Amino acid sequence: MRAILEEPMSENKLPAELINFINEWKDKQGNLIMVLHRVQEHFGYIPREIAFEVAELLNTPVAKIYGVITFYHLFKLTKPGRNQIAVCMGTACYLKGGEDIILEIERQLGVGLNTVTPDGEFSVEAVRCIGCCGLAPVMTVNGEVFGSVKTAQLKKILEQTRGK
Amino acid sequence: MAYKNYILVCAGTACESNKGKALYEALEKEIKSAGVETEVQLVKTGCFGFCEQGPMVKILPDESFYVKVGPKDAHEIIAEHIVKGRKVERLLYKENKPDGDPRSNDISFYRKQLRIVLRNCAVINPEIIDEYIARDGYAALEKALFDMTPDQVVNEIVESGLRGRGGAGFPTGRKWLFTKNTTADQKYIVCNADEGDPGAYMDRSVLEGDPHSVLEAMSIAGYTVGASKGFIYIRAEYPLAIDRLNTAMAQAREYGLLGNKILGTDFSFDIEIRLGAGAFVCGEETALLASIEGKRGMPVPRPPFPAVKGLWGKPTVINNVETYANIPVILLKGAKWFNSIGTETSKGTKVFALTGKINNSGLIEVPMGTTLRDIIYDIGGGIANGKKFKAAQTGGPSGGCITPAFLDTPIDYETLQSIGSMMGSGGMIVMDEDDCMVDVTKFYLDFTVDESCGKCAPCRIGGRTCYNILDRISKGQGKPDDLQKLKDIGHAMRKASLCGLGQTAPNPFMSTMKYFEEEYRAHIEDRKCPAGKCKELLSYTIDEAACVGCTACARKCPVACISGTVKKPHTIDQSKCIKCGQCFTACKFDAVKKG
Repeated sequence: MRAILEEPMSENKLPAELINFINEWKDKQGNLIMVLHRVQEHFGYIPREIAFEVAELLNTPVAKIYGVITFYHLFKLTKPGRNQIAVCMGTACYLKGGEDIILEIERQLGVGLNTVTPDGEFSVEAVRCIGCCGLAPVMTVNGEVFGSVKTAQLKKILEQTRGK
Repeated sequence: MAYKNYILVCAGTACESNKGKALYEALEKEIKSAGVETEVQLVKTGCFGFCEQGPMVKILPDESFYVKVGPKDAHEIIAEHIVKGRKVERLLYKENKPDGDPRSNDISFYRKQLRIVLRNCAVINPEIIDEYIARDGYAALEKALFDMTPDQVVNEIVESGLRGRGGAGFPTGRKWLFTKNTTADQKYIVCNADEGDPGAYMDRSVLEGDPHSVLEAMSIAGYTVGASKGFIYIRAEYPLAIDRLNTAMAQAREYGLLGNKILGTDFSFDIEIRLGAGAFVCGEETALLASIEGKRGMPVPRPPFPAVKGLWGKPTVINNVETYANIPVILLKGAKWFNSIGTETSKGTKVFALTGKINNSGLIEVPMGTTLRDIIYDIGGGIANGKKFKAAQTGGPSGGCITPAFLDTPIDYETLQSIGSMMGSGGMIVMDEDDCMVDVTKFYLDFTVDESCGKCAPCRIGGRTCYNILDRISKGQGKPDDLQKLKDIGHAMRKASLCGLGQTAPNPFMSTMKYFEEEYRAHIEDRKCPAGKCKELLSYTIDEAACVGCTACARKCPVACISGTVKKPHTIDQSKCIKCGQCFTACKFDAVKKG
C-alpha cells in the first residue's frame, strides 16, 4: 500500500504500440496478466499512472489491477536499478552457497534485497530456480548468467558492470 | 544419410547460458571457413540432460561426445574431427575415450536411463517441425483422428495406467473420462507448465527440446473429450521455452496440424499461451485456472473438480507437460507396451532433475521402480568431493527426504509416500554430510510461507508459526517442546488447509524430524549444528599450534577481523566475524577450526 501512496506521479504515458497491444487483447478473456507483462516489459515496472490508463482501456477497476500486481512476485511497483542482479535461490543453489552470495553482494553494495542502490545503479533480488542447477550457485546480471559463482569473484563482477 | 557428419549442439537453457550460443555460432563460422557446408549439418537440439558437463556437442555417426566445449574449441573440432577425421581427445567425455570406441549411450550417465518423454530431446531440432514428423511426430494424432473413436483413445490411456506427472499421480485416463462424460457447449484443455518447484526443470526441458509432443498430445486430448480450445500456462521466467512453443504452434498451424479442420477432418483445435507471473500456488489446478482467467491465483475448494467445472466454469482437462509428452507414444505403441514398464501401480518412466551435491547433475529419465542407489551412484556418479550421502529430497517444498536406509527401495508413487516423501514433479536434490537438515527444512518453509496465498488460516498462520519455530531452533534458541509443537501444527495444516500447498507444506519438517530427530535435538539441547551450517551456532577459531602465520586467511577476510603478524599465529576477533567461512577455505594448514 505504502508504495502506491508515496510514489509520485511521473510523466509516463502509454505509447501507441502498447495501446494497440491492449486493444488487441481487450476482448480476449483473461487478458489482464498478459497486458501487465507487456507493460512491465516496456517500463521495467508498472508505473502508477499507467495502471490507471490500463484500467480505463480494459474497463477494469484499478483495485483489481493492483490486486493482481501485488499478488504475483514478478510484477514490480517501483523502478529497478540500471543493472539488475538476480541471485538464484533454488534449492540446488541454496545448498551450494547461494545465500553467501546474496550476503556478500548486500555487503558490497550496502543495500538489502529488493532495494535500489542510492545512485540507481544496481538492484538485487533473489529469484527462484533459473534452471541451470548444474552450474550452481548461479546469478544473473542483466540476464547474463554467471555459473559456479564464488564470493571472491563478486567484487570484480560488480565493478565490470558498474556504469555500463 | 545425406550428410557425412551431423554435429548436435545442446541448446537447453543451462548450455545456452554457458556460452552455448557463441559455441554454435563459432561452429557455424568454422564450417563455412573450412568449406565443409555440404558434408556437415549443424543441429541445435534440446537438452542432453547432462548439464554438469555442458555445453556439449555430439557428433554423428560416430557418437563422439564432447563435453565442456567452449567457442574457442570450435576450430579444433571442425579442423581435426570433421576435416581430418581425428577425434579431439582432450574434449571427449572421460568414459568416451577412444580405446575400444565406446559409444555415448554406453556412458554410465545414460546406461540405466529409458527415454520416453525425452525421446526427442537432444535428437531433433525443436524449431523444425519436419524433424519431429520424421520421428513419428503427429502420427499419433493422425491415428486418433482417422482410426480411433474418442472412446477408444480414452480407453487406451486408462489401460496404459498413465498417472499425472505433476506430483499427485491421479490417473490421467480417468481425468479425461470425467471431462468427456460431462456435457457442455465448450470444454478446455489446459497444460500446466508453471514449473514452480525450485531446483526442477523437467517441463522446461521438454518444452524447449520437443514442444510439438505437447501440442500433439493436447490436440489428442481435445479430440477425445470434445474440446476445441487449449491453453498452455507457462512461467514467464522461461523465455526460451515460450519462444520455441510459439514457433512450434506457428509451424503446426501452417501444416494443418493445429487450428481449423485439422488434417482435413471436422476436428478443430487451437492453443493459446498464457503467462504465469511467479506464484508457486498457481501450480495448484484451481489457482492456475484463476490465473488464466486473469485474476489473483487463489485456489477454491474442490469438488467441483475442474474436470467438471473448470476454466470459466466449463469442463477442463488439466495435465502437466510431462504427462502430455507421454500421450503420443502411448497411442502409437499401445497401452500394453507402456504398461509393461514400471511397477505394479506406477507405469512408465519418470523424469528427474538430479541436482545438489552429486557428480553428474542433470536431467534424467528412468523407469518407475528404479532404486535411488541406481540413480545416485550409477547415473549420478556418486556424491561430489567424496562426501557421504545424507539424504535425497524429492517433491520440493511439498516433499520429504529419502535417507540412506531406503537406497534400495524401488521408487514409485506409493513407496515414496510410504516413507514420508512424495514423487512431486521430479526435483531430486542430493544432500551430503555438510548439509544441515534443520537449515534445509527452514529454507523450504521460508519458500512455502512466502508463496502461501493467504486465503486459508491453517496455511497462512500455521506456516508462519512453524517457520518461526524452525528459525529459533537454527539459532540455538529452540525450546524443549518445539518438536511436539511442529508436529501438532503440521497435522492441523495437513488436515485443514484448503489446497495442496498448505496440505503438503509440513512435509519437509515432518519427514526430517522423523529421520533426523537427533540433529534437531542437537540444535535444541546442545545448541550445536552437527553439520556446521547454521551460522549462529558456529564460530571460527585459529589453532595457534597449527598456524604458521602465512596471512592467507587475513588477506581473504572481507571484514578484516583477523589480526597477527607474519609468521606468528593469528587470531579472529569474534565480535567482528561474519562467519563467511572464507578463512576456513583459505587456510592450507588446517589451522582454522570450525565448531
